Amino acid sequence: MEVIKVKNIRTVFGNKVVHDGLSLHVNEGEIYGLLGPSGCGKTTLLREMVMLQEFDAGSIEILGKKIENINEMDAQKLRRKWGVLFQFGALFSSLTLAENIALALKEYSTLSDKMIEEIVAFKLDLVGLQPSDAYLYPSEISGGMRKKAGIARALAMDPKLLFLDEPTSGLDPISAREFNELILQLRSMLGLTMVIVTHDLHSIYHTLDRMAVIDNKKIAYEGSLAEVTSVKNDFIQTFFSGD
Amino acid sequence: MNIKPLHIDIQKDGISLDFSGELTLYNLTQAQNYLKNHTLDTSQKITINLENAHYLDTAFALFLTDVQQKYNADLCCLNKIFLHTLKLVNEHKKRLDKKDDIHKKSIFEYVGKAFYENYISFISFIGFLGKIFTSFLLYFKNIKNIRIKEIVFEMNESAVRAFGIVALTSFLIGLVTAYQAAYQLRLYGGNIFIVDMMGISVFRELAPLITAIVIAGRSGSAYTAQIGAMKITQEIDAMRTMGFDPYTFLVLPRIIALIIMLPILIFVSDMMAMLGAIIVADLSLDLTPSLFIDRLNEVVAIKHFYVGLVKGPFFAFLIASIGIYRGLMVKDDTQSIGFNTTKSVVESLFAVIVCDAIFSIAFTNLGI
Repeated sequence: MEVIKVKNIRTVFGNKVVHDGLSLHVNEGEIYGLLGPSGCGKTTLLREMVMLQEFDAGSIEILGKKIENINEMDAQKLRRKWGVLFQFGALFSSLTLAENIALALKEYSTLSDKMIEEIVAFKLDLVGLQPSDAYLYPSEISGGMRKKAGIARALAMDPKLLFLDEPTSGLDPISAREFNELILQLRSMLGLTMVIVTHDLHSIYHTLDRMAVIDNKKIAYEGSLAEVTSVKNDFIQTFFSGD
Repeated sequence: MNIKPLHIDIQKDGISLDFSGELTLYNLTQAQNYLKNHTLDTSQKITINLENAHYLDTAFALFLTDVQQKYNADLCCLNKIFLHTLKLVNEHKKRLDKKDDIHKKSIFEYVGKAFYENYISFISFIGFLGKIFTSFLLYFKNIKNIRIKEIVFEMNESAVRAFGIVALTSFLIGLVTAYQAAYQLRLYGGNIFIVDMMGISVFRELAPLITAIVIAGRSGSAYTAQIGAMKITQEIDAMRTMGFDPYTFLVLPRIIALIIMLPILIFVSDMMAMLGAIIVADLSLDLTPSLFIDRLNEVVAIKHFYVGLVKGPFFAFLIASIGIYRGLMVKDDTQSIGFNTTKSVVESLFAVIVCDAIFSIAFTNLGI
């Protein structure tokens, strides 16, 4: 089943064309990578998928809903079905980690405080954080922990779809590897579909099932890792041949 | 000792530009000047000779390629590194030359651009007001939507904590104005008129304006900085993707909190400014506080007091909405927070004063 269908997207900033007729699809249960040189519009595409940014033409369908002419009610429903991890975590700085994770649960559910506390503890454990970390503020923890907490917050409502914007950027290689392991574990534990924007070769080789390489406003390649090197494209050749 | 980088050798069969030593940006100007002071006979064959040079940097290489083009000169160079540097410089120069058509902007273009940018930002502010309006409608459609906790928190942060500074500023302004007026009034023996003067000016104009200025500088700028920082750390994006409308969570609580609190602050300001006036009247005009208050009751109608309070919610709306709007305009760099915070204070003060002028005209024409 196709969870995300992107068709003929066109995005223009001022007089700069970012995407011109870009199409791709993501299947259920996949870890799908968005790759490309910097400035090619990977993050822009991700932002368009999660309705943070509008596109100029084309259509995006997520979990069976077309988002270009969605009404506010459906949009709210859709937002509860996905989680987003931002590049720097984007944890709410005025709340502790526990409060960050609990926020969506408190707003959208009628769960008791005790239940929420339990769920928060579980989510923290799931991403490999200590129970004592729950009472820390985002400014008091390291970048790696911030990303883990960000994932825990994204998973709070048990979404089936997870968007990750450069999850391993800014992490040391060991933490980055741990994070990749975590991504794989979460996928097998929770059956998530993930869309990842990444530059990290280790993530690309070890986590991705399929990928799209965006170059020069279009998709230069979409498919599995095995065949990517056969594509004649400057970026792909430089990126994958160096070892 | 500095060795001359360039020596011009004129021979029968041509001119040779002999470069020697280290050719770097430190002696580039020397070589350029030397070449400028010598007119070369362009009918003759010119050769650039790099045989005696032992180092070449890219700045000097740029100069050499210029010379080569200008005089259509031959290059005599066997050093592979030099040739590589020259080739590199040449390639990039070709690319630069293509983009060379950056024209100088005329004053009309600057003015037009500035006007257009201001026009666009005004339009987007109108859009922002529209968004606030629709959010208000959605907000009050369901009583559960109203976020009492946030509103109360903001009331404390942006107004209750400002009581001290508003009180102190108003007290001092009341004191100073009364003191200056007392000196003039004593000349005419019109001591008692201090009450009329201070009563009307403080209640109608001074107190609302002082409060608005203090709050714009203190809380309006805080709104911009807070929301701007949240924008940079992508907290606002995170809220959106989780389905929390930033307008319900961030914008409306702040606006509502300030609308409720500004009249109360104006009241505090009224009282403190009058206290200042009473003290001056007692000390330098021999007008006892009880006499002052009696006279106040007689000559200053209550409407003046209400006129001042009524301005509060309007000023509050302007200050809060401009502060928040500027916060949302912050781009992804830290410079932009400073820029927008400055803009927020300047624009909200301007808006408050324009609004006050409109009120002044309206109330006078209505006979209030």
